[in-house]
Amino acid sequence: MASIAEPTPQAFSGARPRVTIVPLRLLPVVVVVIVGMVVAIATNSLWALDFYHVVGGGLWTGIDLFLGLVLGPIIGSMSIPARVELTSRLMPKLLLIMPTLVTMTLGAGFQLARKLGNLSASYPNHGWLVASYIVVGVMATIALGLLEPANIAVLFELRKPEPNGARIGRLMKVFIYTSGITGLMQIATLVIMTKLASS
Amino acid sequence: MATHPHPQVAERELPPIQQIAIAVLVLIVIGGIYTAAHLPRHVPQAPTITLLALAAVLLGVNFVLLSRIENFAWDAFRLVAGWVLVAYIVIAGMLEYVFVYDDTRGTQLLILTLMLLVFAVNIPLLLGFSVARFQDPAE
Repeated sequence: MASIAEPTPQAFSGARPRVTIVPLRLLPVVVVVIVGMVVAIATNSLWALDFYHVVGGGLWTGIDLFLGLVLGPIIGSMSIPARVELTSRLMPKLLLIMPTLVTMTLGAGFQLARKLGNLSASYPNHGWLVASYIVVGVMATIALGLLEPANIAVLFELRKPEPNGARIGRLMKVFIYTSGITGLMQIATLVIMTKLASS
Repeated sequence: MATHPHPQVAERELPPIQQIAIAVLVLIVIGGIYTAAHLPRHVPQAPTITLLALAAVLLGVNFVLLSRIENFAWDAFRLVAGWVLVAYIVIAGMLEYVFVYDDTRGTQLLILTLMLLVFAVNIPLLLGFSVARFQDPAE
């Protein structure tokens, strides 16, 4: 993992973009996606459930891997103004994208497994399925308990006229390290899901 | 370090609300995994009820600890926790819909609903506190 430099007060002295916490203009997209998922579950359409689970899961896994193993270390080694600029534009979008993808993947996935009879204890790969619950549970705990609070706290700090550089540095370390952990855990998800899909 | 109008507020010791909220989350996640691992068969209720009760007690403790903090940025807390609560009511509502749609009934549905309720209240508290602890109460 890259070392993470401590921001200095000068890092925030120049003109900074106005930080948006939640990009409201993207909310209609989220609503459309969620309504589509409700329809998929209500109609029990195999294709629609498969679509939501595979597309949501693929994007979730890909974004987590990219953030944790590629972008995270890059952010850690960037200059402070560049890091602030990137973070203040990236994090608000992630606040909408990630929960939507997680809801798509888990909601459609659970219903798909139920429809296909994979939830049954007699399913030969039931142990693998339970392992996937555990991996998701650990990732959810890390994401909701550490990553999201740090993410939102950084955004609020960046909105202040005089942001606290040391605090932002500490919170961004949490964000970068937890992104790395969830990225690594997504490799376990890939192993489990490809095992389930191929047997 | 940037000058801060109320450094004593920014750096002071606060109760372990974030840690307790994470403990609540862990208990609910374990309960959820345990339940999902048994569905659609009957789920033994003693472990899930125990996990739920522990989570509810810790959530209650957290509310008490939170209410006792003096000079706290309540406006920021309410702003964040309120909007997060709206989002998590939608998410919990979706999950409840799936449980009902899949014919989960009786005590099992009640336990799952209460677990969702604890989850949907715990996350706004956690995120609201995580932001408000660093805000100036005077702003």
